Amino acid sequence: MDDRVILRVGAKILIPFIMIFGLYVHFHGDYGPGGGFQAGVIFAAAFVLYALIFGLGNAIQVLPPKAAYICAAMGVVIYLGVGFLGIILGGQFMDYSVLAYSYTGQHYGIIGVELGVVTTVFGVMVALFYAFAGRRRVDS
Amino acid sequence: MSEHLPALLVVVPLILAPVAALSNRPRAAFAAAFAGCWWALYASLALLTRVRSEGVISYALGGWAPPYGIELRLDLVNAFVAVTVATIGAVVIPYAWTSVKKEITEDRIPLFYTAFLLMLSGLLGITVTGDVFNVFVFLEISSLSAYSMIALGQDRRALTATFQYLIMGSVGATFIVIGIGFMYVMTGTLNMADLAERLPAVMDNRTIPVAFTFLTVGITLKLALFPLHLWLPNAYTYAPSAVTAFMASTATKVSVYLLLRFFFTIFGFAFAFGQMRLNMVLMPLSLVAILAMSLVAIYEINVKRLLAFSSVAQIGYMVLGISFGSVLGVTAGLLHIFNHALMKGALFMAMGCVMYRVGSVQLSKMAGLGKKMPWTMAAFVGGGLSLIGVPLTVGFISKWYLVQAALEQGNWLVAGLVMIGSLMALVYIWKVVEVAYFQEADSDVEIREAPLSLLIPTWVLVIASFWFGIDASTTAQVATDAAELLLRGGS
Repeated sequence: MDDRVILRVGAKILIPFIMIFGLYVHFHGDYGPGGGFQAGVIFAAAFVLYALIFGLGNAIQVLPPKAAYICAAMGVVIYLGVGFLGIILGGQFMDYSVLAYSYTGQHYGIIGVELGVVTTVFGVMVALFYAFAGRRRVDS
Repeated sequence: MSEHLPALLVVVPLILAPVAALSNRPRAAFAAAFAGCWWALYASLALLTRVRSEGVISYALGGWAPPYGIELRLDLVNAFVAVTVATIGAVVIPYAWTSVKKEITEDRIPLFYTAFLLMLSGLLGITVTGDVFNVFVFLEISSLSAYSMIALGQDRRALTATFQYLIMGSVGATFIVIGIGFMYVMTGTLNMADLAERLPAVMDNRTIPVAFTFLTVGITLKLALFPLHLWLPNAYTYAPSAVTAFMASTATKVSVYLLLRFFFTIFGFAFAFGQMRLNMVLMPLSLVAILAMSLVAIYEINVKRLLAFSSVAQIGYMVLGISFGSVLGVTAGLLHIFNHALMKGALFMAMGCVMYRVGSVQLSKMAGLGKKMPWTMAAFVGGGLSLIGVPLTVGFISKWYLVQAALEQGNWLVAGLVMIGSLMALVYIWKVVEVAYFQEADSDVEIREAPLSLLIPTWVLVIASFWFGIDASTTAQVATDAAELLLRGGS
């Protein structure tokens, strides 16, 4: 891929914006369309693009499969951790209104929970991509 | 703390699942799974005790009041089922440690325990939730983890079995969610109690019978009622032993619970049995399941597969009980959920012991095992007696209620067919006993008794299946109360 300058430069320009857009979709998810799942997929798309342009080897150096695996599990811990926070602060499980005053608590809660979703979806998407990309072709 | 038990029952195993995955060491993952299972047993028993003394427990998830938010709702019916699931989980998990070390490669063991915890929390989630969409979500959690656990089987055929189950299970789940969607379109609510209130007003619309049909087919696919059971035998045969023992005793039982919940609590007895004539469908199918699947089991030469076909027949007994639409019948169905979990768990665990020492569960490989593995085969006989329905075993209690329910409606034919089903169970259990006890073993093969870590959990279930067969007062009382609750239409 060394000679394909347009692709390399284009990808370098696009990848940060894709990531920022992923974060936007996450943080704006409680107001508009979007949310954790979409944000996680978009964020993972940045890595998939990187792997397509710069090769799987480089991508694995940036984000080892082990890290994707940890992300996938950590997301569930974050999600449920926010839920447990509700109990610890004296509310029901997943009760966000005890996190902060009035609607602010709901915002904190949903962003925290969605952060868990983002992490898991991102991890699983990248792991799936690695699993398929890592397979050798039958004919070679 | 204790007021959060309904949520914690499901959530503690759920959060231990990623912990088991992150630890990435067999021992730590096992510890997490062990803690999750025993926590679930404690929590479900505490909840059942509370439901029995105080009545229905309702828990508003996230502090949102019930019809709008997700409600966890425990009454006698689902508390009873939750205890069944948690009991089997708590007994199977110590068994799994030794069995899994032999049957699954070491790098996959932490993921096995992760999937086990996910499946447990999924099943418990289906049981405790009072929200129909939640049911679907937890159903997917438990099914997906079940697929991955079956795929861990040693035999390569486990993969095709998993794929078959994946397709059939997904069809079932899709049907269920279509049914739920139709109900939501007509009523605008997903809460079970609220649905029960709002559905009668829109019953005349054709959408509701269609929703009912989709749900019936979807759930009967999940619980493997006769013509929709094709995924089950292979899945049970090729899954790792501990997985088979756990799944056979829990997954289909929870689906039977769902059937009860949707028919009696949500749609109501009058609609399900009066207007839709559900008994006209369920009764013949369950009778065919009992007779045809027992017949198939008689000719089976792989003992795990034999037991799997027997499971389809036993599911027939549960659905048959429900199809009577009477308190006695539903009691029989509920009792058999618990009783069958005990005996089938014991039988599959005994087969796991054979797998551990012999490396195969083909009937031909089991010659002379009665002498070489006396405790294992005695456990098999114990479970088998229960399957036949010999007095002093739990199997007898279920059959007793079932026959009573049939006679109550003057249905001698069905009562007779139930008896014939028992005789057929005698034939296929005897077939194994004959090979194990009365055939000479190959003297050159050295086979020792299974290790204690496998035998003790197996025997716990065998003894329990006798214990609750001799003193059935508690289980029968809970099941009768639960059945009355269901038929009253309340929850």
